[in-house]
Amino acid sequence: MENKYCHQSCDPAAQKMLKRAEELNIETVWDRYAAQEPQCGFGQLGLCCRVCSMGPCRVDPFGDGPQKGVCGAGADTIVARNLVRTAAAGASSHVDHGYEYIQALKKAAQGEIPYPIKDEGKLKAIAAKLGLSAEGKTKEELALAIAEIAAQDFANTGEEPMKWVTASAPAERVEAWKKLGVAPRNPDRDIRSALSQTNIGTDADPVNMLLTAVRMGLVDAYGGLHLTTDLQDIIFGTPTPVASEANLGVLKEDKVNIVVHGHVPLMSEKLVEWANKLNDKAIVAGAAGIQLAGICCSGNEILMRQGVPIATNFLSQELAIATGVVDAIVVDIQCIMPSLTTVAECFHTKVITTMPIAKIPGATHVDFNLEEADAKAQEIIELAIANYRNRDKSKVHIPQEKTSFLGGFSVEAIVGALAKVNAEDPLKPLVDNIAAGNILGAAALVGCNTVKLTQDSVHVGLAKELLKNNVLIVSTGCAAQALAKAGLMNPAATEQYAGEGLKAVLTAVGQAAGLNAPLPPVLHMGSCVDNSRIADLLSALAGYLKVNVKDLPIAASAPEFMSEKAIAIGTWAVAMGILTHLGPTPQVLGSPIVTGVLTDKVEELLGGKFIVEADPVKAAATIINHIIDKRQKLGLTVPQA
Amino acid sequence: MKEVLIRLDRCLGCKSCQLACAVQHSQSKNLVQAIGETPPPQNRVHVTKGEINPLPVQCRHCQEAPCVDACMTGALHYDSQGLVVLDNHRCTGCWMCIMTCPFGAVTPGNSAKLAVKCDRCPDLAQPACVTACPTKSLVFADPADLAKEVREQLAWQVTQQK
Repeated sequence: MENKYCHQSCDPAAQKMLKRAEELNIETVWDRYAAQEPQCGFGQLGLCCRVCSMGPCRVDPFGDGPQKGVCGAGADTIVARNLVRTAAAGASSHVDHGYEYIQALKKAAQGEIPYPIKDEGKLKAIAAKLGLSAEGKTKEELALAIAEIAAQDFANTGEEPMKWVTASAPAERVEAWKKLGVAPRNPDRDIRSALSQTNIGTDADPVNMLLTAVRMGLVDAYGGLHLTTDLQDIIFGTPTPVASEANLGVLKEDKVNIVVHGHVPLMSEKLVEWANKLNDKAIVAGAAGIQLAGICCSGNEILMRQGVPIATNFLSQELAIATGVVDAIVVDIQCIMPSLTTVAECFHTKVITTMPIAKIPGATHVDFNLEEADAKAQEIIELAIANYRNRDKSKVHIPQEKTSFLGGFSVEAIVGALAKVNAEDPLKPLVDNIAAGNILGAAALVGCNTVKLTQDSVHVGLAKELLKNNVLIVSTGCAAQALAKAGLMNPAATEQYAGEGLKAVLTAVGQAAGLNAPLPPVLHMGSCVDNSRIADLLSALAGYLKVNVKDLPIAASAPEFMSEKAIAIGTWAVAMGILTHLGPTPQVLGSPIVTGVLTDKVEELLGGKFIVEADPVKAAATIINHIIDKRQKLGLTVPQA
Repeated sequence: MKEVLIRLDRCLGCKSCQLACAVQHSQSKNLVQAIGETPPPQNRVHVTKGEINPLPVQCRHCQEAPCVDACMTGALHYDSQGLVVLDNHRCTGCWMCIMTCPFGAVTPGNSAKLAVKCDRCPDLAQPACVTACPTKSLVFADPADLAKEVREQLAWQVTQQK
């Protein structure tokens, strides 16, 4: 559909809401981006340094102006310093998230908070990987022991790697990281050290700093992602396949609509519980009930475990409010646009902040805490119900777009589906089909949206190209939400988009698993922290094949990344040995050394490297060639050109 | 005579010229104080998004300036050096200058109905925008010198072994 909004978003619901926002004179992220243009070239190239107060300094990339900052740092030092600090900030976000769960698990185990330990199977699996014996322990005792090991990782004053690293990563990778001196020891200490290293007058060596950027990626992965997924699964349960719907059409005109947005499901899980308990109150208030829907990763978390539908993804968060039917948008941390309260002013919508580190002027703050989780969740739901009567019916404008899809593909769920084909040896059917070439390889499509690229267009364009070429896709985060909205996560998508080989495999697995339809060609594996699940799957595959992860016919991609978190995760993917595609250009091009290492030399050290390509078709071609190359090296069949 | 000229491939869009221009046209002529002034000072150079590079656009001080021709009160006129200057006292805010300037280099004032445009920083040896430009995209030079530079660049490029 060609319309004036198709350059802003390829999501038809977002296009309709952009038109609506324009009619109502509502400023959106796209308007603010236009107002920012042209954006500063020094910043884009990473050549602006604000580290000390002798600056700000800038290096002239054309060579005529200054080539060094006041302190003497040149382009390579400045770009490397900025990159390390970006990766450290990204890692901090995930580590902070994980840290919440150490406390939560401890308190849950001691019965201090109203969170039962739901998943005993996962509890035992995590205990086993940490080398803890479950013998004779109650689940509370075991949970406490696990929380204790996590806490010890944050108290490690020695040089040995974190327990969570050695327990979660393939041994070959841990050795490679130790050899380079980048294996994480203690997330807090490593992040502190990275900030210290990049202070004025400490490190000037760009390559030495890039190694620290790699360490930040690993800190993010093991002190953040793996730790978080593991503990969240223990507390809330490991996801299993679940049917749901995505896009703004899931909002209901006759219901109390509560949109959950952010990343940490401690609050949103409780909201799901209390939305069910208080549904009758909504009916008393004149509504047909309560409709929950999610944005970003809090949305993904309660989708994966509770089947709550997806409202939309990052870039169109303001547009959800513009429907006029959101009675409350409840947010926790990360990726929440400060503009939400400004948009909400045009409607009755209440923006409710819940976390001590994430408050927005103009929002209602409910100081959610674990001890009073039930009372606070009840308070939030009741605020939303009470606000329903303030809704202005003349402003209601819900686009009808919504797509049905399957989510909930944890590693356990994927292995479970494969076990229906071969109970003895679940990975065998997958591996056999990769070897036979029915599945050419696999790609992980992850990460954000960015206003610099048409919303969802690179995600969807890349996915369609890869599927056509029999590349199986796993996805998380806003990428997964983009692909769910675009209808790529249901059995019909397998028929429509998958190449013949892939289609046959997915059909066979789907039939065996009792779906009576093919498995979707894109598997929703969860939130951004659940990129850990993708790594676990790859580690299991590599282990089964007795090869290293870096030798697998796979690739990773953050087609529309924007967050500091994505920089950290991408660096980890490269450190795992994976070719990692980025759609937008990261802010490093001002340094030939940094750019050269990230896109070339790092491959010799770690097996992975970055490629940058905004065109999805060209990116797909590069990824497919890479997969074919890896297949050749493994001695597997390659498709005839 | 020296003019404010642009090396088109050099602008990175940092807007340092805009900031320096506004400060130079503030009461205090100092960034820290200027940000608190009422009315806020206005920039006369406008970094504008282009297809590949941004372009800093400002008054070209044309020899037969359409804005001077269109100005019915004579507020816009040529000074003794040939620069196009504005006499605020005679400006009526009719915006004929805005309508006729082919560069969009004249803008309305933010506090009074007066035209605002580049005055080439009469108190400075070199305009503030040029001094502020970190890539030397903006230069204060004789056009003949820039022409020579462009020719030399061209010669270098076309004779380079491919």
